Amino acid sequence: MDKGLFLRNIEISSQKGRLLSVSHDIAPGAVLSVMGPSGVGKSTLLAFITGTLPADFSAQGTVMLDGHNITDLPAHKRRVGILFQDDLLFPHLSVGANLAFGLASGGTKTARRDKIAEALTEVDLAGFESRDPATLSGGQKARVALMRMLLSEPCALLLDEPFSRLDAALRAQVRALVFARAKARSLPVLMVTHDAEDAQAAGGPIITLQAQR
Amino acid sequence: MRRPVLPVLPALTLLLMLGPVAAGLWGALLPAFGHLPAAGLTGPSLYPFHAVLDWPGLPRAALLSITTGVGATVISLCVVMLLLAGWSGTRAFRTLERLLSPLLSVPHAAAAFGLAFLIAPSGWIARLVSPAITGWERPPDVLIVQDPLGLTMMAGLIVKEIPFLILISIAALGQAQSQSSIKVAQALGYGRVTGWMKTVFPRVYAQIRLPVYVVLAYAMSVVDVAVILGPNTPPTLSVQIVKWMSDPDLDMRLLAAAGALLQLGLVIGVLVLWRVAEGVIAKLGQGWVARGARGKCDPILAQSALFLGGVSSAAIFLGLVVLTIWSFAGYWGFPDAFPDGFTLRNWMRHGPGALAALVETALIAGTVSIVALMLTIGCLEAEYRYGLRVTQRGIWLLYLPLLIPQTAFLPGLQTLMLGIGAENGRFPVMLAHLVFVLPYVFLSLSAPFRAWDVRTGTVAAALGASPDAVLWRVRLPMLLRPILTALAVGLAVSVGQYLPTLLIGGGRVTTLTTEAVALASGADRRAIGVYGLMQTGAALLPFALALAIPAMLWRNRKGLRDG
Repeated sequence: MDKGLFLRNIEISSQKGRLLSVSHDIAPGAVLSVMGPSGVGKSTLLAFITGTLPADFSAQGTVMLDGHNITDLPAHKRRVGILFQDDLLFPHLSVGANLAFGLASGGTKTARRDKIAEALTEVDLAGFESRDPATLSGGQKARVALMRMLLSEPCALLLDEPFSRLDAALRAQVRALVFARAKARSLPVLMVTHDAEDAQAAGGPIITLQAQR
Repeated sequence: MRRPVLPVLPALTLLLMLGPVAAGLWGALLPAFGHLPAAGLTGPSLYPFHAVLDWPGLPRAALLSITTGVGATVISLCVVMLLLAGWSGTRAFRTLERLLSPLLSVPHAAAAFGLAFLIAPSGWIARLVSPAITGWERPPDVLIVQDPLGLTMMAGLIVKEIPFLILISIAALGQAQSQSSIKVAQALGYGRVTGWMKTVFPRVYAQIRLPVYVVLAYAMSVVDVAVILGPNTPPTLSVQIVKWMSDPDLDMRLLAAAGALLQLGLVIGVLVLWRVAEGVIAKLGQGWVARGARGKCDPILAQSALFLGGVSSAAIFLGLVVLTIWSFAGYWGFPDAFPDGFTLRNWMRHGPGALAALVETALIAGTVSIVALMLTIGCLEAEYRYGLRVTQRGIWLLYLPLLIPQTAFLPGLQTLMLGIGAENGRFPVMLAHLVFVLPYVFLSLSAPFRAWDVRTGTVAAALGASPDAVLWRVRLPMLLRPILTALAVGLAVSVGQYLPTLLIGGGRVTTLTTEAVALASGADRRAIGVYGLMQTGAALLPFALALAIPAMLWRNRKGLRDG
């Protein structure tokens, strides 16, 4: 089995010309950091992998996830989890309902409830099920967003500058938590960031995208 | 919304919106040249145009359309721009904005009746100051309502267009970064009003240009307000077209068709001139900016704009009050400020009729608004899923049904239906309402729908939600408030429709608005009070619900309370 997230000869172009090209394998539990100045197309690469590339762009290459070619699958069938710099918790759902939205379907009502409670306990938020997400602190929101994503049982994890909105103290803490959880589940992680400290903490290879002229 | 339906929704929406307009213009073109097989007439001939041109009232009627339309547009636009220039961002402005927003949904007919009941010689204002100040024991013999110059009609249009233009401009202001511009201008020594007019106005006007054209086209060809407040001998061209249409003599339809084309030409001509005037004013404005005048009479301009804005809201508000008083009035002799007594008799007498009209109104408005909402959401979702881009031309198409005067294509549509033997009735009326409801629902919902953070959709999809699940479980619930607001806008637009109901319904579909306007020729102020209030209530209540329902559902969701 070829476990991991393999990016094969990916080339993304906009109407103005070629934007970026990447070819890299990410093993389970490993973190690939992609750095580069803003506007270089880091988020566009993630959009291509999640299957939400805007129509203005065209792309070539293959994305293999755990041996499956997911390049042409619709976004919701790819099993690729993503975290953005904003928590993007659904504001109309409680914390528990947000997690239930993420939790892979199936299982009895009690089993699902238990899984959600367990997930909240895992990030020190036990008993937060009925809370309004808007009333949580920044760190708490980030943790709920992480668990919501993990409950959907993704096979890979994408991070789009996920820590840049958090203040310095919180940042190291949340970062350590995200990497630890990803490692515990043996997820290949692709992180785009413009923060060298994030990339260093990830401990994996770093590729830097250059602005194309 | 099954997947195969979604891609065709934009085309279907355009067809439903523009199809009747095109058909109606075609339906006016043939009879205007003497071709009306239903009446045994075959063309082509120029008889209809000759007949219209021979009508002695024509020059005056056409002139009235132009003066009232242009006058109402210029005055309301000036008041709104000076209001924004002098007050946007201040507390006084927010108060005014909050007062004006509900007034937007008050139907034109109800506002017009209210105004008439206020300023007529026997109106409330005259009663309040008589005989103490004026010494009048009897209503003075002056023609205020339905005055030959159409000034009262113009006033009726102005009080209704001011709230519309203000709310449209506020939406445009958000994109113009007006506050920083005005700060810079003030730091350079400009007065508030002058600084705003020189820096912000050009950007705001570019944004609201199409809505201004809509106001102009509407004001030039309005029928219900003209019937209630406008002159009679002759009436405006649009009113005369409707008179020709309702003549039992089928020949008169030829005149109506020719008149409809004339009305269309009139509106297009004035729109072209308006566009030319925009260029001239822009040139003059550039000179004004270059001269660097800092503005000397800014406070006076700002104060008078605030005064006029206040008067215009007060006119609608007090108009509704006096409608309410009349609907409950017992005997109310002239100089008395209030009736001798209040009674439920008026409501008992007119209640059943009004209730039947309310049911019809609600049925039509409800169906049309829900269909318009579904089509709008479908179009916007198709645009999101398939990455379609809306061009400037697309926006024009959206505004087209609002720019072409109702009196230009509705007569043709009715004649066309007559020709193919289609039955008048509720369903065609609904289709006609849809033409006007769709653009407003779309304009109301498109901005918040597009402003939704698409990353939320990416996250939901990454969590395994299908596109339909993202729409139903995430996007629509998050957008509940703007969706209900758009629905309320649709209901209010449908409730206020007069001409489509009258013409396409063939007089057989009776809504609150057709009933209320029909009362204009009589003098039964109590009946008008009852119908006017019911009409206002039918338009206002949905807005109240659109505010209350999300507030209740999301009372524990802080993240949705202000957005």
